[in-house]
Amino acid sequence: MSGNQSNVDSVQSRRVTWEGCSVLLDINDGDRLVFSRLTENSTLKIGKKNYSLRPLIGCPFGSLFQVEYGAEGSKLSRLLRSAEVSNIEDNGDYQPVEEHRDNRELVDNNKAQSLSGEDIEELRRQGATGDEIIEALIANSATFEKKTAFSQEKYRLKKQKKYAPRVLLRRPVARSICETYFTKYPARIGFMRVDTLSLLLSMANVAANSDILVVDMVGGLLTGAVAERMGGSGYVCNMYLESSPYPMDIVRMFNFGDEICKRIVRTSLSDLCSVQNDPSEQMGHDVSIQNDPSEQMGHDVSATANSSNEQMCSHETLTEPSGMEEIALPSENEVSKCKIPKAGDKASQETIDLWKANGFSSLIVAAPELDTWNTVKDLMPHLSHSAPFAIYHQYLQPLATCMHRLQSEKMAVGLQISEPWLREYQVLPSRTHPCMQMSAFGGYILSGVKICNPESA
Amino acid sequence: MLALDPSKKLSFNKTIADGDLVIVYERHDTMKAVNVSEGSVFQNRFGVFKHSDWVGRPFGSKVYSNKSGYVYLLAPSPELWTLVLSHRTQILYITDISFVIMYLEIVPGCLVLESGTGSGSLTTSLARAVAPTGHVYTFDFHEQRAASAREDFERTGVSSVVTVGVRDIQGKGFPDELCGMADAVFLDLPQPWLVIVSAAKMLKPDATLCSFSPCIEQVQRSCEALRMNFTDIRTFDVLLRAYEVREVKNDSMQGHGGSPSQQPPCKRRQTSEGSNKQESISSTIMARPSAEAKGHTGYLTFARLKCSE
Ligand SMILES: C[S@@+](CC[C@H](N)C(=O)[O-])C[C@H]1O[C@@H](n2cnc3c(N)ncnc32)[C@H](O)[C@@H]1O
Repeated sequence: MSGNQSNVDSVQSRRVTWEGCSVLLDINDGDRLVFSRLTENSTLKIGKKNYSLRPLIGCPFGSLFQVEYGAEGSKLSRLLRSAEVSNIEDNGDYQPVEEHRDNRELVDNNKAQSLSGEDIEELRRQGATGDEIIEALIANSATFEKKTAFSQEKYRLKKQKKYAPRVLLRRPVARSICETYFTKYPARIGFMRVDTLSLLLSMANVAANSDILVVDMVGGLLTGAVAERMGGSGYVCNMYLESSPYPMDIVRMFNFGDEICKRIVRTSLSDLCSVQNDPSEQMGHDVSIQNDPSEQMGHDVSATANSSNEQMCSHETLTEPSGMEEIALPSENEVSKCKIPKAGDKASQETIDLWKANGFSSLIVAAPELDTWNTVKDLMPHLSHSAPFAIYHQYLQPLATCMHRLQSEKMAVGLQISEPWLREYQVLPSRTHPCMQMSAFGGYILSGVKICNPESA
Repeated sequence: MLALDPSKKLSFNKTIADGDLVIVYERHDTMKAVNVSEGSVFQNRFGVFKHSDWVGRPFGSKVYSNKSGYVYLLAPSPELWTLVLSHRTQILYITDISFVIMYLEIVPGCLVLESGTGSGSLTTSLARAVAPTGHVYTFDFHEQRAASAREDFERTGVSSVVTVGVRDIQGKGFPDELCGMADAVFLDLPQPWLVIVSAAKMLKPDATLCSFSPCIEQVQRSCEALRMNFTDIRTFDVLLRAYEVREVKNDSMQGHGGSPSQQPPCKRRQTSEGSNKQESISSTIMARPSAEAKGHTGYLTFARLKCSE
């Protein structure tokens, strides 16, 4: 078989961490999810203690770490996969099929455990590992033997989380970033679920060497996801329709190298329309008229964007009690050391002129705060003919209105409003069923293809 | 369909040329893939369309038949292709396809393995996702299907990033030359559990696998096989509910205008001159789910290769 390109050099596809890389830390099986940047000095707070993240540098994504106690106190150290057994899902030979025990004799009181807090501290001082402490707790539990295998496993997991917390090193990519925000801070990404995001990308035919027009009021998630799919080719044009650009901090969670970052550019609608008074322009005649020229303020925009970025950078707060924190964003001097490329420069006039000549190859809108139809109406003239588009909203009505208008003004075909539905299953021997908890809603999408309609502009 | 050469950007503002693949759009559920050829005609219930009339027009154009029927000529994309390709097998549709690509974390430059190729519906989207620098190796043990798939990939212009192999993957696994090189493996096979060991050999550490199976028994067996070398094993079902949109005029109720509160606040301002006069009669845009929908396609089981070192 020929042609084994393995393009592993691009930063995006690196599978081993490096100093300055962005990571997603999954603490105790999803109990907490934390974005972080691995530097000499970055730390992660678990319980009351700060742990250095240095041991994570140079490890493959997917590695698992556990808090271990040693002579110089506790630290994160890498677990070999063969050593991990206590995770219910991962434990292959766990056979609950023939269960003879039940919970009839279990009494809930505080007397079941005979080891005290002091006993545990003492064990620690003697150098016991987390796993040894868990074994000791089990040995001293009056009820453990009577529990069903399932409850035993739950007990073990609970103790493990407390006495030997684990940190899974995950790769921050569109999938994990979207899922993390959706779980912890859904409002920041407009309640966009990962399956919805995936549909937006394919419905808008996001591909290498294309020019995608994006209105991203979901924190940069959409911009990042689109850029990831283009791999440093083409352009993601992050468009703003009001006076200042929308924040896109989430883009920094991705590990984009320079080649991808410089493909993420910003433009205001007025910049895109400004020179369009040339009557020979082939697209969008009435747009330039509709746009108030007083809105042209795109020039100082990149400055605004920069300062907002720095603000994010300088807040060095660490762990809040729960949930996800965008911690350990590097301080000034660290930034210079690990050179995190910046995305979102202002589009050059040359690029803008190219878009004006060719039109964008597709459009994606996720702008819950804007009027959907007016936004789409203003942007459609900037798309090339036959360009697909996908409009996201967490409410149905704006999309229904927009679809109706697109239809009656004969601007598009293949119009469809769809709502994805995602269900996860627990698959275990004799215990397979849909998961008890599910997300009942992940947003709506209006999709279609722009047609070339000489009658309507 | 793909722009593999950055100097020739994907731009639909180019016009239709002889030999181009176009998607002839009649209605959302009636489309056809046609290769433009100056001397030919396209025929449907609206009449006869001459290809020569199409050449030189922009993609997205409305074109007329001898009886003034019309169709639209759209530029091909993997989504449209999935709707028009010839079904030699069951195929994957956009909902599953989108989710698979996102969840397998496929990006440009990735090396992806797939079996079976089937009708190449998924392969076409995989090709878009890995292009321009990655590659898809897809295998089917059915010689004829592999050959037809190859022809399709030529036709849709993705063949430079796709290699179709004829091979019994369940019997022999993936070829050894690809060992340790894959960023993702996708299986749509009757007995996927037979391939898990081979798939584990092909994947890089922490790389992803997905198996698509219509039946839960298949899922059960696959998951058992996966537990050895994989972690993060998760099974999903993903569906799409479509909505119908109607404009309902309520002029019979209140006469002219209706109460202002009935109107959506956002957009009843003045619209450009061309819009219809009905604006002044109160009407409501209503949406409801379509009565019919697919209730099941298949279960998608994902897993990640454990890091061994
Ligand atoms: C349902 S189809 C795949 C459809 C494909 N995912 C698509 O979207 O077009 C399954 C394919 O697997 C192939 N197949 C079945 N057993 C196989 C085996 N042992 N090795 C290779 N291919 C096999 C069949 O020939 C068939 O084409």
